[in-house]
Amino acid sequence: MHNYIVLGDDDKDRVIPLRNIKFKQMKSLLLGNEALAQGSIDAGLSGVYAYPGTPSTEITEYIQKSKLAKELKIHTTWSVNEKTAMEAALGMSYVGKRSMVVMKHVGLNVASDVFMNMAVSGINGGLVVVVADDPSMHSSQNEQDSRFYGKFAMIPILEPSNQQEAYNMMFYAFDLSEELKLPVLLRLVTRLSHSRAGIEVKERRDPNDINLPSDTSRFALLPMNARKQFDLLVNKQETLIEYSEKSDLNSLKKGKSRGVGIIACGIAYNYVMENLGDDDSDYSILKVTQYPLPKEKVKALYNHCEKILVVEDGYPIVEELLHNYFDDNDKIKGKLSGDLPRTGELNPKLVGKSLGLFQNEIAPIPSVVTPRPPQLCEGCGHTDLFNAINELIPEIGNKNVFGDIGCYALGALPPLGTINTLIDMGASITMAKGAADAGLENALAVIGDSTFTHSGMTGLLDAVYENTPVTIIISDNSAVAMTGAQESSAVGRLHKICLGIGVHPDHLKTIVPLKKNHEENVEVLRKELKYKGVSVIISERPCVRLSRDQKEQIKARIASLN
Amino acid sequence: MKTNIILSGVGGQGILTIAAVLDTAALSENLFIKQSEVHGMSQRGGAVQSHVRISDKQIFSDLIPEGKADLILSVEPMEALRYMPFLKKDGWLVTDSEAFINTSNYPEKKDLFDQIKKHPNHVIINATEIAKAIGNSKVANIVLLGAASAIIPLSENSMIEAIKKLFQNKSEKIIKLNLEAFAEGKKVAEGITNLANS
Repeated sequence: MHNYIVLGDDDKDRVIPLRNIKFKQMKSLLLGNEALAQGSIDAGLSGVYAYPGTPSTEITEYIQKSKLAKELKIHTTWSVNEKTAMEAALGMSYVGKRSMVVMKHVGLNVASDVFMNMAVSGINGGLVVVVADDPSMHSSQNEQDSRFYGKFAMIPILEPSNQQEAYNMMFYAFDLSEELKLPVLLRLVTRLSHSRAGIEVKERRDPNDINLPSDTSRFALLPMNARKQFDLLVNKQETLIEYSEKSDLNSLKKGKSRGVGIIACGIAYNYVMENLGDDDSDYSILKVTQYPLPKEKVKALYNHCEKILVVEDGYPIVEELLHNYFDDNDKIKGKLSGDLPRTGELNPKLVGKSLGLFQNEIAPIPSVVTPRPPQLCEGCGHTDLFNAINELIPEIGNKNVFGDIGCYALGALPPLGTINTLIDMGASITMAKGAADAGLENALAVIGDSTFTHSGMTGLLDAVYENTPVTIIISDNSAVAMTGAQESSAVGRLHKICLGIGVHPDHLKTIVPLKKNHEENVEVLRKELKYKGVSVIISERPCVRLSRDQKEQIKARIASLN
Repeated sequence: MKTNIILSGVGGQGILTIAAVLDTAALSENLFIKQSEVHGMSQRGGAVQSHVRISDKQIFSDLIPEGKADLILSVEPMEALRYMPFLKKDGWLVTDSEAFINTSNYPEKKDLFDQIKKHPNHVIINATEIAKAIGNSKVANIVLLGAASAIIPLSENSMIEAIKKLFQNKSEKIIKLNLEAFAEGKKVAEGITNLANS
């Protein structure tokens, strides 16, 4: 009998072997994200900093809801963006406490400035950067592989293959971070973040006390300090590889056959094992869940086998490294060789095929089935806003609307088809500005309230500074709606922010996107589009997915600001 | 023992509630579980699915391999067909007949049913109507779970206990509604096919 352990209803006595408990005491299985979150609490976390982003959101939400986290006074409030989040996490680490910063893969682009530099300064209290990648772009605009960032910053990377490892690794990640005085990158993928399994939990350890760094000069990255620190970082690389060689997280199993040797990274290990079934004794497998790559173990596998198949979800980073180690040769198989697809997430079938093991006869999807893409909710205020804009399209041109990241990005799809561009957080305003600079008339930006405070405010200042003829609509639904209606730090502050940045009060308008206001709203838009300077129109209506409680909380917050 | 179940539907139709019942029931029987779900953009009225894997041995992949699903349990007929590549030749397809039409090119229902009927082991019931008759169309998901319960290798008792557990913070009325939905689904399915002997 295996020892399933689940979390009890009360966080305090969390460890209950299933066979000993009554059915009533059961809570639930944990998502990969939740397992990691529980692991971070149990490993002595003092603060999590994050901006919501699929597939990473549930990590922070879990800690926000945890009674234990509340008792331990763990910081859990959302940050304005990933950069501010990571800097705050670094500040907490600076005073000696363990901190975690959580984001989706593209969030790391936003935080990359501090990310690269804190690898040079090093950290004090353990600092773990958790990044959830999204191979197959289930809810993202690219499928960048965060392992490249870890390699770029020259820090250790952990990549759990399952929920239990995600839990366990938080202890190891903080220890590793504190031992090496470096931030540690922990990479998840959507499929692990959003899949549940039973979790065994360890004894909790206390958070660190405040303990300021003995020498603060390494945090003051003036060139003379930075050069010293960078030398240190480069010299640490051998140590990092030694850690990877010795780590239990990288296990080499030599099989009977000398045929194909498999390097299975993170979640890809599951797809390999799914195909090998109960008898994997023939195969040599190097399971990699810690980087930098353990070079000696890789060499041992390489020398033992005739062919090496690299199975990794994301970019072929390990496969490329192997070509580097052993000169380019056709003994190395993977995504670059075409044995596995270069894009999209892996699955049991694709991995099975690359191993020559997948033989199921597959029925096709019947041709009668049509796609069912996501769409805006019924009664959503964004729809009424887009209907108003669409009425003006014949006047302003059909390629003038610059969009942004959020639910309203769905306005790019039929039947609305309002939005022309969608690139990154905040780009609507600045792309509209660039287009206006180039001579495009009626450049119109549509951005959400939370996206605006995340990355739109600086772009607005650019436009105000030059009084560029752009019309900016902030579609304010008082929530970070796409990721599940989290609190938006923009709530109650948008007017003051816009005025403070320097938008002229005569060209800061508010509309309420409702059918009954349609004509009036079209008129406001038409008028502001004609104005040859910066206009901001705040289109104000709460997200339809907000609960009554959430709406009340928002009202209270706004009242407390005034 | 290893069972692979694909739950399918449209975002908001309640497939994660079915998943939660299965998870909880399987856990009470001391089994291994992996259950993947969809969060984020697709939840907004798009096609969603959940892979539920239950076994007495360690489970590796969070995803069911194509051609290895024992059951597709769908709360919407077109969504049942979307995952046909996953279904075993002798696997079961259990679906609600009620279409959720939120696209302009939704196919003719008859064409969908013709396709479903091509698969030998299928159960089509109007779970939404049954749920309405019980008192609330929202419990159509649990009606379907009841309909498929005979082919899920979990005891009826543990599924019923799981329903009670999941709705324990709701009113007695809601618990009763869901238990009735489960029982009614089971009864209706038994009436149209000899599921228990499958």
